Amino acid sequence: MEHIRTPKVEQVKLLDRFSNKSVTGTLHLTATHLIFVESNSTSILHHHIASVEKLSLKTNGCPLLIQCRNFRLVHFVIPRERDCHDIYSSLLRLLRPVSYDELYAFSYNPKQNDQQREEGWQLIDLAAEFERMGVPCDQWQLTDVNREYKVCKTYPRDLYVPIMASKPIIVGSSKFRSKGRFPVLTYFYQEKKAAVCRCSQPLSGFSARCLEDEHMLQAISKANHNSRYIYVMDTRPKLNALANRAAGKGYENEDNYSNIRFQFVGIENIHVMRGSLQKLLEVVGTRSLSMTDYLVGLENSGWLRHIKAIMDAAIFLAKTVTVEGASVLVHCSDGWDRTAQVCALGSLLMDPYYRTIKGFMVLIEKDWISFGHKFADRCDQLDPDPKEVSPIFTQFLECVWQLTEQFPQAFEFSEWFLIQIHEHVHSCQFGNFLGNSQRQREDLQLKERTYSLWAHLLSEKQNYLNPVYSPSFAESHPVLEPSTQAYHFKFWRNMYHQYDRSMHPRQSILKHVLTLKDSNRELEGTVQALKTKLQKFSVSTSPLNRKEVQQEEDEEVFGEEAMEDAPAITGGERTVEGSSATENGYGELMGSFGSKNEPGAVTLEFGVARMTC
Amino acid sequence: MEFAELIKTPRVDGVDLHRPFMPTVEGTLCLTGHHLILSSRQDNTEELWLLHANIDSIEKRFVGSLGTIIVKCKDLRVIQLDIPGMEECLNIASSIEALSTLDSVSLMYPFFYRPLFEVIEDGWQLFVPEEAFKDLESMTDEWRLSEVNKDFSVCPSYPSLLTVPKDIDDESLCKAASFRHGGRFPVLSYYHKKNGMVMMRAAQPLTGTNGRRCKEDEKLINATLCAGKRGYIIDTRTIAVAQQAKARGGGFEQEANYPQWRRIHKAIERSNVLQDSLIKLVEACNDQSHSMDRWLSKLEASNWQSNVKEILTTACLAAQCIDREGASVLVHGTEGTDSTLQVTSLAQIILDPACRTIRGFEVLIEREWLQAGHPFQQRCAQSAYSNGKPRSEAPVFLLFLDCVWQILRQFPCSFQFNENLLIMFFEHAYASQFGTFLGNCVAERVKLQLSQKTVSLWSWVNRPQELERFLNPLYEPNNLVIWPSVAPQSLLLWEGVFLRWNRSTKCLDEACQEMVHIIEYNKELQNKVNSLRRQLAQLETEESPLQTP
Repeated sequence: MEHIRTPKVEQVKLLDRFSNKSVTGTLHLTATHLIFVESNSTSILHHHIASVEKLSLKTNGCPLLIQCRNFRLVHFVIPRERDCHDIYSSLLRLLRPVSYDELYAFSYNPKQNDQQREEGWQLIDLAAEFERMGVPCDQWQLTDVNREYKVCKTYPRDLYVPIMASKPIIVGSSKFRSKGRFPVLTYFYQEKKAAVCRCSQPLSGFSARCLEDEHMLQAISKANHNSRYIYVMDTRPKLNALANRAAGKGYENEDNYSNIRFQFVGIENIHVMRGSLQKLLEVVGTRSLSMTDYLVGLENSGWLRHIKAIMDAAIFLAKTVTVEGASVLVHCSDGWDRTAQVCALGSLLMDPYYRTIKGFMVLIEKDWISFGHKFADRCDQLDPDPKEVSPIFTQFLECVWQLTEQFPQAFEFSEWFLIQIHEHVHSCQFGNFLGNSQRQREDLQLKERTYSLWAHLLSEKQNYLNPVYSPSFAESHPVLEPSTQAYHFKFWRNMYHQYDRSMHPRQSILKHVLTLKDSNRELEGTVQALKTKLQKFSVSTSPLNRKEVQQEEDEEVFGEEAMEDAPAITGGERTVEGSSATENGYGELMGSFGSKNEPGAVTLEFGVARMTC
Repeated sequence: MEFAELIKTPRVDGVDLHRPFMPTVEGTLCLTGHHLILSSRQDNTEELWLLHANIDSIEKRFVGSLGTIIVKCKDLRVIQLDIPGMEECLNIASSIEALSTLDSVSLMYPFFYRPLFEVIEDGWQLFVPEEAFKDLESMTDEWRLSEVNKDFSVCPSYPSLLTVPKDIDDESLCKAASFRHGGRFPVLSYYHKKNGMVMMRAAQPLTGTNGRRCKEDEKLINATLCAGKRGYIIDTRTIAVAQQAKARGGGFEQEANYPQWRRIHKAIERSNVLQDSLIKLVEACNDQSHSMDRWLSKLEASNWQSNVKEILTTACLAAQCIDREGASVLVHGTEGTDSTLQVTSLAQIILDPACRTIRGFEVLIEREWLQAGHPFQQRCAQSAYSNGKPRSEAPVFLLFLDCVWQILRQFPCSFQFNENLLIMFFEHAYASQFGTFLGNCVAERVKLQLSQKTVSLWSWVNRPQELERFLNPLYEPNNLVIWPSVAPQSLLLWEGVFLRWNRSTKCLDEACQEMVHIIEYNKELQNKVNSLRRQLAQLETEESPLQTP
C-alpha cells in the first residue's frame, strides 16, 4: 500500500484502441488492481501489466499507455499530469514485485477453508496419471533417484525410467545431459507399449561420449519390443544444434548410439518466438490496418509458421508412436520449452483423455509444471530478465486451439478454457504456475499458502464447455490426424484481440448453443417433474396426498422460474450489439468533409451506439 | 441433333474417376449433349453427372496408351478421368472442349431441361415490380413507376419498369439517360423506411473533358433530397480512375453543378482485375506445398481479401450515410452494373432485415442483380481455371456472395439462410439447369423467352423439400441494422467455396449436425413441457370442484 500515492483519479478518459471513441470515468488504484469505473467497470490485475508508458502531455491531459500480457492494450488520458505521474510511478513499482511474497496468489483469498484448499490441490495426481497410462509395468518403473532433487533440480521427485536403467546409468546419463535432465518417461502408449521420453541435449561437444547415456537410450529401446530402434527428435533447427557443439553441448552422434534414428525438427528458440509474437502484435495493433499490411505482417512475423512447425513436430511424434509403435526421445537444448510443447501436444493427439477438461489440466501439470517449464521466467512473474521471457506456453495453447478448429467435436472444452488458462498463467492469482520448478514451488509452500487454479476452473466448468463435444468421437478418432496444409492455420482472434470487442462477431454461436444446451437440461428436469406430478394427480384422492402435491407444485414454481430464465438469456443473445459504424472505420468521411470546410458539415462521430431489441 | 456431330465417342468403358477425398470409381463414361456422366453401373454407388457448362477447362496427359483428362470446373472442383485408349481419350477431350464452349445461348441446358418436380410456384413471378411499388407507395408518395424504358430503348440494360422521383417526367428521364453511361440514369434502389432516406444507383455521368452538364440529371437527383438536406454520391472508383474516365467521355459529378451533394471516392477494383484476383486465389488454395509463408504471400498477392474488405467497407459507408447520417445516397462506378450493384445490394443486407430472409434475399438478387442488368452471362462465362484470354469474365457476383458470407459469419443468428444457399447461388450463376442466370439483362431474357422456355431457379429453391437444406437453425429475426466489422482480422477466407474441394469437411459437418440436434431437441422439449402443463392444468380444473367443500 505504501506505493500508492494517488488511489483515485476522476475524469479519466479511456480511449478505444481502434477508433476515436472514448469513455470517461474514475480510475482507482488498489494494491492488486487498476480499476476504471464508468457505466461498467474494467479492472486490470497489476500482474497482467507488461509495460506502462507515459506519453507526452496533450491539451486534454496526460496519456498513459498500458500494455498487458493478455494482449489487452489500454489507453487512458488523465487530466492532470501530476496524477498521471503518481499513477505511473506507483504502477511501475507495483508491477515489478521484488519477492514472491508480493505476488497476488499469497494475498488472494477466495473464502475457502484449509480443507477445501487442500482438496483443490489434490485434484490432480500425477502418480494416478502414470497409473492410468499403465506405468509402472514390467518394463517401466518409478525411480527414487531424484527424491531429494539431487540428480536434477528442475525435474520432479517422481520419475519413471526403464527397468533396465540402473541408478549408476541414470546418474551417469544425467551428468552427460544439460542441467542434469536425463531421459525420463512422459507418456506411455499402452496399446503398442511405446514410450515418449524427454530430456535435454547431450554434452557431446565435438566428440565426447558417455557410455551410461548410451546405455540409457538402449534401455529405452529395449523396453519396447515393437521396434528395434528409437527415434531421437531434436526439436531444434540443425544449425542451432551445431552451434551448441562449440559450447560443449550438441546432439547425439548416431555412430555412438546403436539403434537410434536421429531427426531434427526445426522449431526456433525462445528469442525468435518472442520476437515473432512482438511483430505479430505490432501488426494487429495497427489502426485502420489494410488487408495487405495484415497479411504481409502476418507472414513476416512468422508466427503461424512457428505454430505449424510445433504442430508438425507433434504430428510426427504421434505418428511414430501410434503407427510405427516406436519409442521416441524428444529434446531441445534444456528440454523445458520446445520439448514440453512437442511432448504435450503429441500426447494430446494420441490420447483422448487429454482432450477433456480434467485431462488437459493433468497434461499441463505433467509436461509443463512438473517437468520444469520455467513459468516464472517465461511469463515474467518476478525480477524479470527480458531475455528469458517467451510465449512458449501461449504457443502450446494456440496449437490446441488450431486443433479444436479442425476437430470441433474432439474437445470437451471450448477456446475460452484455453484463454482463461492463459489469463491465469500471467495473473499470479493461483499458485500453480508460480516459480520455475517443483522444487522451488515446494520451497515457497504454495500448497499451504495459495490456491489451485484447477479447482477454481472446475467450479466454473460450465463456462468452458464445448456444446458440440462428443465423447464418442474419441472412439472413432482415438488418434487425431490433423491436416498440416498451411490454410488450416488461422489467426486466433479471440486470444490476441480478446479485449477488442469491435473485432468479433456480434453474435456468438458458441454462447447461443451453450445456452440452449443448459436449457435442455433444465427442460428435461421440468418434463420429469411434470410427469411425476401428473401421475400423482391421477392417484391422489385423499386430502393428505393433495397437500403433498401442493408442496411439490410450489417447488415446481421455482423450477419454472429457473427454466424461464433460460429463454430470457437467449433473448439477451438476440441482442445484436452493433458497435457504431464509425468504430469500424468504414471510410474517411470526416476527412473528405473537413477538406471542403463545410460549415454545417455533418459529423460522423457517434457515441457508443448499442442497439438492442 | 447438332450435338451428335460434336460427340465423337459417346461412350467409353473402364474409365477411372478420381475425386479428392472420395474413393476412386471405375465405370462407363458417357457424353450427352449437356452432361458428362460416369456410372459404375452398380447400385448404391455414386455416379457423376457434370454439366458441360460447368467445365472451365481441361488438360490431357498420356502415359503409354492410358490417357488422363483433368477436368477443372467452374465451381472450382478438379476431377481426374483415366481413360484407356489414346484415341478415345482424345475424342472425349475434344468433345468436352467443344460442348463446354458452345456459343449459342439457346443451346444451353436450361432450354432442354424438364423438371422432375411439379412447379407449384412459378419463380419467374417471384419479383413483380408493380407489387414492390405498392409497398413503396404505402410508405411514401414521392415516387412513381415509369414506363419510359418499356421497349428498352432508353436504357438497354434496365428493366422496363423503373422507380423514379414523382416530379420528374419521362422526357427528363430520357435526357438524363443520354447523360449517363449506357443510358443508366439514376433510379431508386432502396427506400429506408426508418427515416425516409433513399439509395439510388446509376452509371457514371458523361461529363467528358470539357465538363458537360445536364440540368435534367441534376434536377432528377436533387428531387430525392428533402429541403435543406444534403446527399452523398459514392463513386466506387478512386478519384484518379474517375479522372481518367473523362478522357473516354465519362467522368463524375462536379461539385459546382451538384452543390447539394458530397462525393466520396472508394477503390473497388474493376472487373478484369477481379478475375485475375480470383485466378490467383484459387491457385494459392490449390498449392500443395504446405509452406506457411508461401500460402500467406500467395493469399496476399491474390488481393482477394482486400477486394472483399473494400467492397464491404463501401457498402457499410453507404449504409452509414443513410441510417446514421440521415442522408440520401447515389452510388455509381463506371457502368453501374458491377461494383455499384455490389454496394447497393450489400448496403440493403446491412440495413433491411427483410433481405436477410430467404425470400427477401432472392428478391434482392432478382431486383439488384438480374433486373438491374448485371451481365451474368458475360461475367460468369469462365471461372478461375480458364486458359483463354479473359474477355469480360469477372467474379463480381461471387465477391458479393463472399461479402454476404462475411456478414453472416459475424451475425450468425440474423440470417434465415445458411452458407449453403450462397454456395448454391455461386454454382448456379456459373452453370445451371435453370434459366435464371442466362442472358445479361432483362431485354435479352425477354428475347430469349426464358420465362416460357426454361425453369426458374426460384421455382426449385422455394420448394419446401429444398428449402430445408438452406435454413439456418440459429435464425432469430431481428429488426436491427447490422454493422459488420471490416477489420482484416475479422474477415476470413470463405473456405466453403475456396477450400471446398481441398479439405475433408466430415468433422465440421458432424459438429454442425450436433448443433442442429441440440437446437431441435430444445424445441421438442419446450413443446413437451407445454403439452404436459396443459394436461396438468386440465386435470386441475377437472378436480377443482371436488376440492371445494
